[in-house]
Amino acid sequence: MFTDLILRSPPQAGVSKDGRERNASMDCQLDIFFLEAVLNGLLLAGLLALLALGLNLIFGVIDVVWICYAELVMVGMYGIYYAHKGGAPFILAAVIGIVLVAAAGIVLHQLVIRPVLDSAPINQLLVTGGVLFFLQAAATMAFGIDFRNVGIRLGSFNAFDMSFSYSRIITFGVALAAMLLLWLFLSRSYIGIAIRAIAQDRQIMPLMGVDQRRIYMITSAIGGGLAGLAASLMVLQFDIYPQIGLQFGPLIFMICVLGGLGNMLGGFIAAFIISEFIAVGGSCFATEWGYAIAFLFFMVVIFIRPQGLFGGKS
Amino acid sequence: MRIPKTALIGVPILLLVPLAVRFAFPAAEKYYLHLLIQILIWSFIYTGWSLMGRFGLTSLGHGAFTGIGAYVMVLLWNYAGITPWIGIPVAIVVSIIVALLVGYPCFRLRIVGHYFALLTLALTEFVRLCIVGLRDYTGGSLGTQPRRFGDGVSLYALQFEPDRVLSYYVALALWALGLYVWWRIDRSMDRYALDAASQDEDAAASVGIDVTREKLKITAISAAMCALGGAIYAQYQMYIGPDTIAGLSVSLNIVFAVIAGGMWVMLGPTVGAVFTQVLSEVLRVTIQNSAALQKVFGSAVLALDTMIYGLLLILFIIYMPKGILGTLLERREKKQETPLVPAKAGTRS
Amino acid sequence: MLELSNIDAGYGGFQALFGVSMTVKAGEAVAVIGANGAGKTTLLRVISGLLPATAGTMTMEGVSLRATPPHKIISTGIAHVPEGRRLFPRLSVENNLKIGAFIPAARQKFAERLAFVYELFPRLKERRAQLAGTLSGGEQQMCAIARALMSGPKLVLLDEPSMGLAPVIVAQVFDLVRRIRGEGYTVLIVEQNVRQVLRIADRAYLLEVGRLKASGSAAELAASDEIRKAYMGI
Repeated sequence: MFTDLILRSPPQAGVSKDGRERNASMDCQLDIFFLEAVLNGLLLAGLLALLALGLNLIFGVIDVVWICYAELVMVGMYGIYYAHKGGAPFILAAVIGIVLVAAAGIVLHQLVIRPVLDSAPINQLLVTGGVLFFLQAAATMAFGIDFRNVGIRLGSFNAFDMSFSYSRIITFGVALAAMLLLWLFLSRSYIGIAIRAIAQDRQIMPLMGVDQRRIYMITSAIGGGLAGLAASLMVLQFDIYPQIGLQFGPLIFMICVLGGLGNMLGGFIAAFIISEFIAVGGSCFATEWGYAIAFLFFMVVIFIRPQGLFGGKS
Repeated sequence: MRIPKTALIGVPILLLVPLAVRFAFPAAEKYYLHLLIQILIWSFIYTGWSLMGRFGLTSLGHGAFTGIGAYVMVLLWNYAGITPWIGIPVAIVVSIIVALLVGYPCFRLRIVGHYFALLTLALTEFVRLCIVGLRDYTGGSLGTQPRRFGDGVSLYALQFEPDRVLSYYVALALWALGLYVWWRIDRSMDRYALDAASQDEDAAASVGIDVTREKLKITAISAAMCALGGAIYAQYQMYIGPDTIAGLSVSLNIVFAVIAGGMWVMLGPTVGAVFTQVLSEVLRVTIQNSAALQKVFGSAVLALDTMIYGLLLILFIIYMPKGILGTLLERREKKQETPLVPAKAGTRS
Repeated sequence: MLELSNIDAGYGGFQALFGVSMTVKAGEAVAVIGANGAGKTTLLRVISGLLPATAGTMTMEGVSLRATPPHKIISTGIAHVPEGRRLFPRLSVENNLKIGAFIPAARQKFAERLAFVYELFPRLKERRAQLAGTLSGGEQQMCAIARALMSGPKLVLLDEPSMGLAPVIVAQVFDLVRRIRGEGYTVLIVEQNVRQVLRIADRAYLLEVGRLKASGSAAELAASDEIRKAYMGI
């Protein structure tokens, strides 16, 4: 089914054939296909919201955009792939992936972000651009350019002539659960409240006995862990290849900015809006046009509301 | 500026380079010229980007402008038979229009820093997706080629690729044009206005600077240069693909090279181009000649240069944010001047 | 309890404190008075580690403060209510108090202390679910003091608690300070409102352009002609 190709507009000819088919045969109609697209968009939104969540958390707390966030997800996907291939059951492989990317988040923060914490914001953004190059190229060298797949097929759920893959449904459920857990953590625990507080007033944190460096490290680990969780969900749906980050990375930034950078709830809602554009636009036209419309929508919205749809923090 | 003196020596040297290459590397003349041509064309594009970058307008959208430049020109030529002599101006106009459409609201609403970078990143993606989406004309992600005219060297079709020496002079002229634009802007009043605006927009506005207008002006020039550079690059490569001339990696490459070279000095982008091109060539050749490395990495070695790029980009931003040339010039100035005088070049952060 | 001797401190190339020596004994309320820019806030920032001292020694009950990282100073028993209150505006009152009890030693006693500060400031209990940014100025000062008390301090540093408040509220704030003194806390308070602060303090130091110019009991200083002229407008 074409919707499986969402998020995967790869370089080979297969998609272009698919796109052509769709161009020729499909008009946008309010029929069962349309409804299916809407619902699939909803399922996609869960994943995108999860991806945006980690980035928003890091931006909100550390005030740095990890432009290489999608590449961390890619690293996690490879980690899970190899762990699974090496004999680990999928759940264990997923845990390994989460721990791996959480550790990567800490390393990224300590080695790359800390030295530029006092630099111009744009330098902080670009330095993670360097990490993006590095990770992508390192993955190419280590794993080659082949598409890989964990080979788990969960089948799909059929109802009323519509079809939804179980992997998408699971992804949606896990993403929602993860967001709920994070929310509980941030609103109940001491560390969670400190994480929220630090975004509001950095200087006085020592007066509360809070070690800013430690909070930054914890936040980076959580941000990385969320990327790892997203990776473990994505391997169920998508092939793994070194450039996969470029396919959805820009999308995540767009969602974060649309929701107001650092605003986790805003990012959540923005994920739903954007994924509907992608799913419905993709079902009416070709996959890329769904994306293109989403990006256009994004730019127009930012021109009307520069702080994002739900942004308070400027 | 000491331009006249250096130009007096520099111009003849640059003009005689093809001759020198022919004598020095008779067997590999084409290869070395190719390297030089690449450096010159990208230098021009990088210089175009640095016009905005030096004033704090860090755009990740210039991959869109090079893409527009290349694709508009090639599509007009391939499908309407319109000569690049008209196609390039049209492409430039289109990219200026896009730049203004995106720039105007950005500057009016004072979208800066992260937001500006991410918004322009969206523009890059949008243009790339449009290119891929229009695959019936653009060849989608596989790219396409400008239709060859005659034997491939033609004034009418602005094609020169088979003749490397000619290509070198075309690229050299382009590069010189870039430096000229940079120099003109550096000496203009606009430069002071933009400098002021990049440091404090309110203060700049309060002394009567129309910040939006100034920024739009520089954005238009910068986009136009990138479009022109993209078009010439397409003519030289005789191939365009959404990932080689448009898209996020092109945008990031531009930014990286300029940062590596130094964005606040005239030859900084050029040094950045020399550095990145030579680096990737040296790595490529080293690896190709080394059976051991080949065995270890196989075909994936092609990514080694990018990996080192990434690493260097990180190191540059952390330890040398003014770039190679910027840092060198600053050192020299420090040596020459008494220690009490602050360095002139790039006191901005 | 708190001993400072020959403390120097500054910002970049600018020196703000010159050889400041002072002591605060357990149970005392000590005021530091002086004009705007005399270095009063700097002094408190140095004590709580927000600004490193460049010379001198500082101890809290024998523990060297200069050797203690900033975020550990609160564990020596010093709580700092910063200038301008600095609540976390988008956290609820209760979460602000919870942050005040962030250090492990304080977490165990959170419920107990929460009950205590709610008893001390019943208004905060009414507003506990409200975002701190929506409180009135006086309530914010209350919340800031309560937040400091949550860590279970021995010494409370108060930086300009009356700043930016209406005169009626100022009187209430000084009343608050008197009450926490009554609860047995040692207080080091910095104020421009010299007349009022000398009424609640036992002793006071006068700071002028980074140097201590005078010290003595609050009554002595309040009686000094010089201080009356320069700082109390009499």
